[in-house]
Amino acid sequence: MGRTLAEKVWDDHVVRRVEGEPDLLFIDLHLLHEVTSPQAFDGLRKAGRAVRRTDLTIATEDHNTPTLAIDKPIADPVSRTQLETLRKNCADFGVRLHPLGDVEQGVVHVVGPQLGLTQPGTTVVCGDSHTSTHGAFGALAFGIGTSQVEHVLATQTLPMAPFRTMAVTVNGELPADVTAKDLILAVIARIGTGGGQGYVIEYRGEAIEKLSMEARMTVCNMSIEAGARAGMIAPDDTTFAYLAGRPHAPRDAEWDEAVAYWRTLRTDADARFDHEVVIDAAGLAPFVTWGTNPGQGAPLSQSVPAPGSFSDPSAQLAAEQALEYMGLSAGQPLREVAVDTVFVGSCTNGRIEDLRSAAEVLRGRSLASGVRMLVVPGSVRVALQAVEEGLDKVFTEAGAEWRHAGCSMCLGMNPDQLAPGERSASTSNRNFEGRQGKGGRTHLVSPQVAAATAVLGHLASPADLSDVPEPAGV
Amino acid sequence: MEAFTTHTGRVVPLRRSNVDTDQIIPAHWLKKVTRDGFEDGLFEAWRRDPEFVLNKPAHHGGTVLVAGPDFGTGSSREHAVWALQNYGFKAVLSSRFADIFRGNSLKNGLLTVVLPQPVIERLWELSETDPATEVTVDLVTRTVTAPGVAEEFTLDENARWRLLEGLDDISLTLQNESHIAEFEAARPSFLPRTLRV
Ligand code: SF4
Repeated sequence: MGRTLAEKVWDDHVVRRVEGEPDLLFIDLHLLHEVTSPQAFDGLRKAGRAVRRTDLTIATEDHNTPTLAIDKPIADPVSRTQLETLRKNCADFGVRLHPLGDVEQGVVHVVGPQLGLTQPGTTVVCGDSHTSTHGAFGALAFGIGTSQVEHVLATQTLPMAPFRTMAVTVNGELPADVTAKDLILAVIARIGTGGGQGYVIEYRGEAIEKLSMEARMTVCNMSIEAGARAGMIAPDDTTFAYLAGRPHAPRDAEWDEAVAYWRTLRTDADARFDHEVVIDAAGLAPFVTWGTNPGQGAPLSQSVPAPGSFSDPSAQLAAEQALEYMGLSAGQPLREVAVDTVFVGSCTNGRIEDLRSAAEVLRGRSLASGVRMLVVPGSVRVALQAVEEGLDKVFTEAGAEWRHAGCSMCLGMNPDQLAPGERSASTSNRNFEGRQGKGGRTHLVSPQVAAATAVLGHLASPADLSDVPEPAGV
Repeated sequence: MEAFTTHTGRVVPLRRSNVDTDQIIPAHWLKKVTRDGFEDGLFEAWRRDPEFVLNKPAHHGGTVLVAGPDFGTGSSREHAVWALQNYGFKAVLSSRFADIFRGNSLKNGLLTVVLPQPVIERLWELSETDPATEVTVDLVTRTVTAPGVAEEFTLDENARWRLLEGLDDISLTLQNESHIAEFEAARPSFLPRTLRV
């Protein structure tokens, strides 16, 4: 019988297979950041161990870093200690680090792909659940805990119990106003936050093949929000074109050798998935969340659902608790939900295409009164590109704040936070209680919806801007 | 890692589904660089509510957390496991756990047990009626017992063995040194390296 893409990559990385034990897998790329690594380096020190493969390891600072006045010492002493700890650990153990202020600094899942380190058919890990992002290249990429970070540092391998495989096939073409973010939010609402548990999801079908690399990253990024360990998309010419010429992409004869291998990374016609979900792209629409987990979402044109409309009692209870926390009532049209904050950024939607599409909506318009908007590029490189294209001006002229790269309000570990009761439209990936600040309320949206919402002051899509110019052939 | 064989303790009933790791330990606690001292951050937001189960004196000292489905979703932070352990929990029972959380818990010796939802409900009722009710989680016989409850559970044999013996994964893996070295020698040269170019 044929094999799926995930199974092929897995098989190519088995260091040792013993009946009754998890497979020992080799890890091609290990990404580190300041939050989940200190206790791992500490463990190495205590055991007198070294980092086995510093040449397969790279670190960046993202979660704690400020997005304003980055040349000043970090005000919060605890954040500062964590960054200093990473710097010391990387220096002591010989790990390459891109600290705050470096031109390659940024959110770890934006940095890996833009350097060309994330490649098809590789295994990628990071002490961060959104490592699933890298699956957009046909890599088997998954988040790990700190004990596993230590394990990979020491051995460059991980014992892993096998995954099950799920296909999410998106047939047909996405309507013009529907983005990768709307697509993945709809998938999560459909399969639920636990629906992907134990699975590696492969996204396939015409609508997926047509997505750009950046849009594919948005889709794979949120696989974890459906509970899946990883998301993957088979590499194709779009993937190869994105990689060609990047600093760490193979060159010359090695490029040809690599592409020949990458072309074999497709699910065989006779392979079987453990579970299959089919979605019709034409039926999708701009999508937003109304609750406190990413599965609690609905098309923007609908209303906040009544908890009683869910048949499962625990879903009913969860909806009741969510509406109370979110300060919403059943039946309220989603378009009438007013926000005070808009956040564009994160490893889900902080890449250049995301900034372009938000800027396109904002160009020549201004923010509704009382709305603050933060635009936080996913990396310094993204920021530089945006400045070159004049996007920063579009944002600031509309009244938005143009900030330095980092995770920022995605999780509010730095000063970028919601105050209690404040409500955001956010292009990030998690709407958990308090995620963006204690008592803060989050609606997950696409960059286009974020920008239109900023202009109107309530959840909206570009189509709601009556003076909307025809999109210029995108 | 401390070995886990069997544990008897009082139940703390957490009637919530989808308890994500941001609820278990909020992000601002993640700035610490140690593995201990997280107990005050456990369920920090909910603990401001005097009615929250951890604030009820009758449930103080409980060591077995019994939670709704999809416990531990969201971020991969191992701090969630440390916070539960720092607070004093030895085992967590739920009908479904998020994968990364489950992996993290078993690596740290916090036993996570999957039980059918009706058994979870029964344990909730027992401890809400009489908070002194004790439950025994026995990894040797793979059973959970409480008054009127005797339920077997499954756990991957390998994970169970490591827990029972309190074995350290890294030392076990390093016994495969020759296999790792052999694999490394055979990797194609086109694969990426992080060395500066
Ligand atoms: S941007 Fe958000 S989701 Fe992505 S790595 Fe940073 S904190 Fe995590």
